[in-house]
Amino acid sequence: MARHHVKATVNGDAVEFLCETGQTLLEALRDELHLTGTKEGCGTGDCGACSVMLDGRLVCSCLVLGVEAEGRSIETIEGMAVGEELHPLQQKFLEHAALQCGICTPGILIAARALLERNPDPTESEVRFWLAGNLCRCTGYHKIVEAVLAAAREMRAA
Amino acid sequence: MSSTLKPQDLKVVGSRPLRPDGVDKVTGRARYGADVNLSGQLIGKVLRSPHAHARILAIDTSLAEALPGVKAVVTRDDFPDMPEEYAAAGELTINYRDVTRNMMAREKVLYDGHPVAAVAAISESIARQALALIKVDYEVLPHVIDVREAMRPDAPLLHEAQYTEGISPRPDRPSNIAKRIEFSRGDVAAGFARAEVIVEREFNTQPVHQGYIEPQACLASTTEDGQAELWTSTQGHFVFRAQCAKLLAMEVSRIRVTPTEIGGGFGGKNNIYNEPLAIALSRKSHRPVKMVMSREEVFRATGPTSGGNVKVKLGATKDGRITAAQAELNFQAGAYPGSSVAPASMCAFTRYDLDNVRVIGHDVTCNRPKVAAYRAPGAPIAAFAVESVIDEMAAKLAIDPLEFRLKNAAREGTQTYYGPKFGTIGYVETLEAARAHPHYRAPLGPNQGRGVATGFWFNIGGETSASVNINEDGTVALMHGTLDVAGGSRAAMAMMVAEELGIAYEHVRPIVGDTAALGFNFITAGSRGTFAGGMACVAAARQAIERLRHRVAAIREVPVEAVAWQDGCARPAEGSAHQFAPMSLAEIGRVAGRTGGTIAGHAEINAQGAGPGFGTHIVDVEVDRETGAIRVLRYTVVQDVGRAIHPAYVEGQLQGGAVQGIGWALNEEYVYGADGVLQNPGFLDYRIPVASDLPFIDTVIVEVPNPRHPYGVRGCGEVPIIAPLAAIANAVAQAIGIRFFDLPLSPPRVLRAIAEAAGGPA
Amino acid sequence: MSEMRYAAPKTLAAAVALLAGAQGRARVLAGGTDLLIQMRTGRIKPELLIDIKGIPGMGEIVAERGGYRVGAAVTGMQLIEHADFAKRWPGVVDGVRLIGSIQVKGRATLGGNLCNASPAADSVPALIAAGAVACIAGPDGAREAAVETVVAGPGKTSLAAGEIVTALLLPPRPAHSGDAYLRFTPRSEMDIAVVGAAVNLTLDAQGICTQARVALGAVASRALLVPEAAAALIGTRVDAGALGQLAAAARAASRPIDDKRGSREFRLSTAGVMVCRAAEIALERARRNDG
Repeated sequence: MARHHVKATVNGDAVEFLCETGQTLLEALRDELHLTGTKEGCGTGDCGACSVMLDGRLVCSCLVLGVEAEGRSIETIEGMAVGEELHPLQQKFLEHAALQCGICTPGILIAARALLERNPDPTESEVRFWLAGNLCRCTGYHKIVEAVLAAAREMRAA
Repeated sequence: MSSTLKPQDLKVVGSRPLRPDGVDKVTGRARYGADVNLSGQLIGKVLRSPHAHARILAIDTSLAEALPGVKAVVTRDDFPDMPEEYAAAGELTINYRDVTRNMMAREKVLYDGHPVAAVAAISESIARQALALIKVDYEVLPHVIDVREAMRPDAPLLHEAQYTEGISPRPDRPSNIAKRIEFSRGDVAAGFARAEVIVEREFNTQPVHQGYIEPQACLASTTEDGQAELWTSTQGHFVFRAQCAKLLAMEVSRIRVTPTEIGGGFGGKNNIYNEPLAIALSRKSHRPVKMVMSREEVFRATGPTSGGNVKVKLGATKDGRITAAQAELNFQAGAYPGSSVAPASMCAFTRYDLDNVRVIGHDVTCNRPKVAAYRAPGAPIAAFAVESVIDEMAAKLAIDPLEFRLKNAAREGTQTYYGPKFGTIGYVETLEAARAHPHYRAPLGPNQGRGVATGFWFNIGGETSASVNINEDGTVALMHGTLDVAGGSRAAMAMMVAEELGIAYEHVRPIVGDTAALGFNFITAGSRGTFAGGMACVAAARQAIERLRHRVAAIREVPVEAVAWQDGCARPAEGSAHQFAPMSLAEIGRVAGRTGGTIAGHAEINAQGAGPGFGTHIVDVEVDRETGAIRVLRYTVVQDVGRAIHPAYVEGQLQGGAVQGIGWALNEEYVYGADGVLQNPGFLDYRIPVASDLPFIDTVIVEVPNPRHPYGVRGCGEVPIIAPLAAIANAVAQAIGIRFFDLPLSPPRVLRAIAEAAGGPA
Repeated sequence: MSEMRYAAPKTLAAAVALLAGAQGRARVLAGGTDLLIQMRTGRIKPELLIDIKGIPGMGEIVAERGGYRVGAAVTGMQLIEHADFAKRWPGVVDGVRLIGSIQVKGRATLGGNLCNASPAADSVPALIAAGAVACIAGPDGAREAAVETVVAGPGKTSLAAGEIVTALLLPPRPAHSGDAYLRFTPRSEMDIAVVGAAVNLTLDAQGICTQARVALGAVASRALLVPEAAAALIGTRVDAGALGQLAAAARAASRPIDDKRGSREFRLSTAGVMVCRAAEIALERARRNDG
């Protein structure tokens, strides 16, 4: 059972890991690199809990093979805060109580940051449609949408 | 204990501080069930029945055991049989005879997904290969899933020795109807005879799943001297410990359960699934065993709600007074008895002050997973039926739907038909707040309609233990065993302790205690987290305050009566002759060690006095007449929560529960093939609401304090899911003039009804 | 899965050789958003995955001969973000926008959406309506085929052994043209289409429809080009009468099944509704479009 030796960049750090052909990037992140912030909710790309950035693209890591990460740059939730400074989205989620159980939160934060990077002034509808691929069962999305709009306002003012 | 604290006296309770688990959750640091790992751990996987109903003739695990990398295999032979024995688990009751069989089939498999064997191997891929090598001989039997079909005398029978309980004399033939219950008051026949208008309808709902985004996950590690450690995502680690101990014939003290952060439960994580399997595999392999369910397993094999068939008959006089109310509730229990038909029956009409009521309930076994609790178990199904009939009755009487409810509303002193008389409740307040809300008067456009509905839930208390320790620097360690299943109750508990001690919220650090650290704590269910958890934490804090006063009295050499506790300090009591220099918590903490030891308080209670919760919902929908699609335009939740310790977290409960109810009403359902196999075990075709399906959910918090809680708390987590089903059905009836009696209101169903109403194809 | 191999050829010739050499036991990996799910459920068990994303040209959108060449490995998001393409073919982009979530569109490709051959694939009806042509490379050389001929049935393509779709060609656009794709799903996003309808039409200077192509998805074993539906529009102003004919033609051409996503009767009814709404949007776009 030969495994692939993959070299990639994760949150700015050079990393290496071994994986079988059929193992996903999600499994590699969690089980080989021990970065458990990215979650598995379904394994089939329907819930968004495993969202990461791959070469600047928002993707479901359960739909990417570990071996496809060779030479690529990946950003996970662990890299969102910079030192002691939480990203404005993280801060607004806390202030607006936009999380309850928190299992969907890493995926939603990664997705929301990707939205605000390309559209710094989204409407409520644009936020909702962008986040349609991130399921949340606890909040009903209300406070999540409020927090994203609040973070967008703050980031525009900065 | 009771209290009459006025809002302006409160410094912490009622504010909106950040939750203590928040930073961990937004940075990915929080550890959920699948995030815990131990060196040398094996991966455990479960072999599940592909049949909806079959006898197990033989199981051959020899090839799996021989596969390199497989370290242990378990089947029914590894678990003792259990006699009938009942225990409480959340708001439902379990029977150990059935729990062990649901955990691992013994004589028969009773649903697609029923566990038959489990393996532990050095990798997931080897574990999966091992499962494929296990040979099971099945004798496939006919199956039955729909509750009405399962009730028929000629239906395929799941349990040959099951005779309907609650019927006298005992029937002479076994039946899928496990139990019949009845609640009644007064004389319904006379009540219906007096009625001037009668509405009688039959409703059907499909089973739905709690839909938590985190699949069940656990990690077990055992030692050669019979100890077991278990990490698991659970709503009740003490109850899980008890269930594991029973099922594995172990002493309770030999199992230590550490609850991980939980990624949603809603009642679905009140029961064990893989935990005893993981412990057994760990014992056999002498290594830790980690078991994480896939999403498909969650849908195929964990307990969802019942699908239900409900018949309701209501009689009223033309002036709008209900004279009689009757209902029959038939609920799927799944593979083993024990649905929520009893609580559903008890709360079906409880919002109303009725002299003549009769509710009959049937608990019916059928070939699908054993049902589990889901947020006010059973109540949404009952309320869908009753609140729809109430709405239809109001329309027939030409009375405004909220007015009609107000005319018949339960109030303080109302005698319920299931037992208690209501104390202080806030139903009327929620109706009045809804009526006064601008949403109720907003204009509507074509194909748009507005519906209202209300919900009631008992809420519970139960066994709760907590401890408060004063640290050497005056900060406070609060150890609680009431798990925060995401609603923010640990923040609320810390707030109440901070309020009691008169210190800043940031100086109270709440930690969840594992089963070794505290006395028994019941499952966080029944909306008891903040209510009972708060009660125990407050009691612990008050005991600590008593001891602080005694210690300061000794240090300052004054009588105890001379010492008052105020704003985080021991001070001379008002009017006391004994003056002394006050001491802050920090000052006391610093000298505590050498003046007698750490000062702490603890409490082990069975919290009583849970206050019932009531809610009124208003929803506007728009129906696309050409496709049957329903869009929710506007939603308002009004609910009496007693006191909102942390208003933002209360709002979160109201919004989240309402959206689960919206999903239940519109799109969610289990789809079975003719072979009884589940066809939609994933989030693609089991459709929970996505962000773009919904508007903002407005909330109105009503506070009619519960006099039996120190801060007036009523539980609030369950009530919000009850009303949406009927509210939406009532709104659709307003929008297109067609009433629906079957859920979900999927577009094909709606379109067909529109076409039939028009008298031909669309 | 532990024996499964992975290759990432750098040339088209190498990819074709690998695919042909594997004799049916290999799969092309582009976005992987369908493939990984099928592997996970065990529905397919390839021995070799051939990752084509590294082949030059596969991931590019190039304006060519008045139209566009869209590489087969172009992702959904890439296409949506291409302003000129989106202006020229908003209907094709409508379809691509509806493939799964933003995350899925970050990986899913046009080639994959076509060759996965789901009858409900969202990008396919609009590509058919656009008159798109698939460029195919194989052991016997290169060829072109109209997109509507590539899918043979659910999960099956008409590609010969060793053939790979390398690009989709979209033709030049006459003035006053517009296209649109609509689908019906129970939720607003994230569902598989219960019915999909694409309309592409061209008007003359007087506002009369001179050309049209209509394609339906999820109402047969593969997406259908429906000439009778197009005929209902040609020569008309796409008024209520024409739309009525259009709906009837769409329903007549549909051969839907009953499954957990929709019943036969619902699909028939909704096909008529969606095709008319798509035609109205295409009409509006054609009127605004001066070419």
